[in-house]
Amino acid sequence: MSFLRLFARNKGAVIGLVILGTVVAIAAAAPLLYPEDPWRSVGRPLLPPFENLRFPLGTDMLGRDIAAGIAHGARVSLLIGLVSTSVAVLIGVGLGAVAGFLGGRLDDLLMRFTEFFQTIPAFAMAILLVAIFTPSIASIILAIAVVSWPPVARLVRGEFLTLRSREFVQAAVVIGQSGPRIMFSQILPNAMSPIIVAGSLMVATAILTESSLSFLGLGDRNMMSWGFMIGAARTMLRDAWWMSVFPGLAILLTVLAINLVGEGLNDAMNPHLRGRRA
Amino acid sequence: MRTLEFLASRLGKAVLVVIGVVVLNFLLIQLAPGDPAAVLAGEAGAGDELYLAQLREQFGLDRPLHVQLLSYLGNVLSGDLGYSYRNQVPVLELIADRLPATLLLTGSAFVFSLVLGVLLGILAASRRGTAADTVIMTGALVFYATPLFWIALMAVLVFSIYLPWLPPFDMETIGAGYTGWRRALDIAHHLVLPTVTLGLFFTATYARITRASMLEVMSLDFVKTARAKGVQQGRIIRRHVLRNAILPVFTLASVQAGQLVGGAVLTETVFAWPGIGRLMFDALFQRDYPVLLGVFLVTAIMVVLVNLAADLLYRIVDPRIETAA
Repeated sequence: MSFLRLFARNKGAVIGLVILGTVVAIAAAAPLLYPEDPWRSVGRPLLPPFENLRFPLGTDMLGRDIAAGIAHGARVSLLIGLVSTSVAVLIGVGLGAVAGFLGGRLDDLLMRFTEFFQTIPAFAMAILLVAIFTPSIASIILAIAVVSWPPVARLVRGEFLTLRSREFVQAAVVIGQSGPRIMFSQILPNAMSPIIVAGSLMVATAILTESSLSFLGLGDRNMMSWGFMIGAARTMLRDAWWMSVFPGLAILLTVLAINLVGEGLNDAMNPHLRGRRA
Repeated sequence: MRTLEFLASRLGKAVLVVIGVVVLNFLLIQLAPGDPAAVLAGEAGAGDELYLAQLREQFGLDRPLHVQLLSYLGNVLSGDLGYSYRNQVPVLELIADRLPATLLLTGSAFVFSLVLGVLLGILAASRRGTAADTVIMTGALVFYATPLFWIALMAVLVFSIYLPWLPPFDMETIGAGYTGWRRALDIAHHLVLPTVTLGLFFTATYARITRASMLEVMSLDFVKTARAKGVQQGRIIRRHVLRNAILPVFTLASVQAGQLVGGAVLTETVFAWPGIGRLMFDALFQRDYPVLLGVFLVTAIMVVLVNLAADLLYRIVDPRIETAA
């Protein structure tokens, strides 16, 4: 069966793809829909939602438009989710490929290193990194990447370990291909599907981590983000429920959609594993 | 003898991880933008030249890096986690003061999520394909995608503000002066919301993995044999399937110990719970780096201890597991 038909057989994945498509569209259109700076006060403070058509989701205590904040926040969440995951996947693939392909003492050493990073509490480490290197989009991306690469490294190592003894790899060795060339043009393409599935699920975790960091006040001060909006709404919970409810729903829907798409990818790319995962 | 060897190797590993974290902390102090002495003093002490000079002296910041590292390691491993200039208290004292509250919160959230998650997972697996299964799995999917701090806020909104059932802040009623059982009950009352909101994400994870693991075991031949022999369904689930399916759940639970501690930072922040997570949040605002580094080290030690306990429990639950595993 074709990839698309396999993917479409999973109803949840299709729903996820639709939600995710909507979020991406909103993120892309944010500068057109809300050309004003989302940090600017544009209306009466604490306007409840669904009352004024200009501010369908209401305003916060400084009169900032919640809907504009959510649209601009989508850009930050998706950007940080994608970039930090790409960095983590690069680190993980690099270390995992070397460890699995070369084996021996280097493999041992790299795996101890990986285990160490897997043991230490990830979120506390991310907080520490962002705090020490001062909150900025670069430090947030770095922190999330540093705490999320270990599972990729282990996955890639496992794939390389099994694939390197396969016949097509032996053939490449016999015709004299170099080590790096075998790793990246022979083995890696065959290990791609689990990496893509793991990566897609990591984007969801990265978005959750980013929102948690900015909730704690560790967001980039120049960029509106969902976590920051909820953090700012914390003290207003009694008076303005909409300030925290809508950004939270945005995070929930986006993360849920990415998880659904990731599981759909898993079903479509690893059909033999279908039903094994919950 | 075997057990002793096993214990020694695991202990050695645990000590190495802790030393690794201390080295990591040292590297972070060095890599931080600006003067390491200013980092150690925190923003509050930055203006006080005398204190900075004293810190440079104490940590030998003018000596070569490896000497500094050794003296830092020596300091930390002998229990000196630095001094919180902001609070005018040694960091260790601050943390020791707050640790019980965090242990209470994470411990109860762990038990809550494990018990509820495993129960829901069993229910879903044994009724596969029914409405109950769909409801449980959809719920798990949603809570797996919900930010912890947002669940906490929504819980306060519903159960403290609209329905005044549960207290939204603090660990006990301030100024009530309860003692004995009355006090324990008061704390338990305050514990409900933080525990449930911290636990729900993990409940979702455990329910998913329990269900998956149960379904995998249920497809094995020995279960068919039991069924063919006429063993009752409930007994098959309890005695045959669950016993074999529960191990991956424990593995995951011990691996996620670190996440639970990380979640506690968010939960304690929302509920003003007086634990080390809240301490970390306050230290963030005061740029009190010694406290941040200290909390990070202590959370890492907590995780290492949990993993150690899990390894030992494994030996009892499943004697086949060897040191190398």
